[in-house]
Amino acid sequence: MIARILFNLLQVAVVMIAAPLAAGVLARLKEMVQSKRGPSIFQPYRDLWKLFHKDEIVSEDSSWIFRFTPYIVFVAPILVALLIPVLTSYPLFFAFMADMLGVGFVLALAGFFAALAAVDTANPYGPIGASRTRMVGFLAEPVFMIVFFTVSFVAGSTIPYIVQQRWVTPFANFFAPSHVLLVLAFLMLILAEGGRIPVDNPTGHFELAMIDESKSLEYSGRGFALVKWGGQMKFFVLLCVFSNVLVTPWGLASEQTFAAVLLAIPAVLLKVFCFLLVLVVIESSLSKLRLFRIAEFLGAAFITAVAAMVSQVFLS
Amino acid sequence: MSVATKELLENLNALAAGLFLLTAFGIVAMRQARGCLNLFIAQSLLLAASAALLGLRYHSGHLYGVALVNLISKPIIVPWLLRRTSPAEIYTRREIDQVLNIPAALLIALALAIGAYFVGTPLANAVGPEFRGPNVPIGIAVLLLGAFTLTVRREALSLLIGLLVMENGAFLAGISIARDLGMLVELAIATDGLIIVFIMGVLVRAVQKQAGTTAVGELASLKETATMPAADEGPL
Repeated sequence: MIARILFNLLQVAVVMIAAPLAAGVLARLKEMVQSKRGPSIFQPYRDLWKLFHKDEIVSEDSSWIFRFTPYIVFVAPILVALLIPVLTSYPLFFAFMADMLGVGFVLALAGFFAALAAVDTANPYGPIGASRTRMVGFLAEPVFMIVFFTVSFVAGSTIPYIVQQRWVTPFANFFAPSHVLLVLAFLMLILAEGGRIPVDNPTGHFELAMIDESKSLEYSGRGFALVKWGGQMKFFVLLCVFSNVLVTPWGLASEQTFAAVLLAIPAVLLKVFCFLLVLVVIESSLSKLRLFRIAEFLGAAFITAVAAMVSQVFLS
Repeated sequence: MSVATKELLENLNALAAGLFLLTAFGIVAMRQARGCLNLFIAQSLLLAASAALLGLRYHSGHLYGVALVNLISKPIIVPWLLRRTSPAEIYTRREIDQVLNIPAALLIALALAIGAYFVGTPLANAVGPEFRGPNVPIGIAVLLLGAFTLTVRREALSLLIGLLVMENGAFLAGISIARDLGMLVELAIATDGLIIVFIMGVLVRAVQKQAGTTAVGELASLKETATMPAADEGPL
């Protein structure tokens, strides 16, 4: 009982600590592909440290939403980390609270408040970015729905701990078309939700072309640090759902001992690193889509998800 | 062959068929002629993979032959023929015409695919338990998607690719229904396809020589209708 609570808190700690590292590794790898040296992989930690020690300036015309949003954005991925399998293949203490739909709702809540806060300050660039994020969001929503329907249809459940076993027992299930197509659709969703190329350029500094970044333009100091860290954790959590539930449910701790759980940490980090390599290839070989082409990109994700669902419904 | 291996082979075949369907959707949505051609090559490779996997699963030497014929004719000879016959200008152009916008075309294509599943799955099940599997419904779906490509595209090369996609779909359904057709038939079909490609390629070249463009959708304005602009502005 105590051990399960401790494991759960350890899981949260891993997400909090490893998320900036993943962002740093991704940035470094991308620079290396472009034959540059790039920043140190620990640069995101230094950025966060610096931001936490800077003054915070809040516009006096902004409302409480602007002040509260950084905390919501920061806490939402932590809540999610309590629910999903990050290190263990058995449910931990808080995992009873919600299934994968709950995870989606918690992350959507953070997105909702971030969009409100962007409108709140009346900075002209904030609302542009917020409305664009909403556009990407509502185009991604049906894909999420179809992915969840298919997953629950295949595994008979939306609880991630049950779903992850279904794809690999027996091993032939791994190559079922519904599984592979779902993985493809979810990969496209992660690119859209995480604000990565080809949907959004995370390293761009041109305000008019920003989608995801422009929501944090008005933040400074501690608020900016929280928003930034929260964004990195959200991305890391999505990666964990992708790698631990959908693609590679191996390497997780199956015994309730500290040694097994600690041993799972390098395994999970290795899986995330492999996924980052795939992401670097995608980001370096594609260009950012024009805004109205995003509908086509997510339309393709929708088609993929529906193809997965159809092949599952008709062929089982 | 153990049960687990059989199941693995069946799932791999289903996966090849699922990706086959996905490439057909890609051909409906792709803007570039070169992209369409690349997707068609990928699709033919998946067709060959499906034939080889089915051959392994049912110990049919004939299906290996089908895979080999497909591996040589479609991914290698068809692109070569197209490059030799049709004008190079098509491959450098960035975007090609389409009657519908792409999300609408994709949604209609999706409806077609689901309809094909509704028709194809009971059909395959009715014939016999050994014909179950994704090949018949996906084959029918890809046949319909190829026909759909033919109706919405207004560019000669992608029309030709739509035709070839239809043939691929029919082939995918065929290899699961008739596992021991004579090799002669397969070779005849493959040669037939190549001749179609050759004739169409030459035709495209002739159209381009006559009309100055391969965007055949624009050729409709050659007809003398009320909406036509002044006659002397035409490409001829």
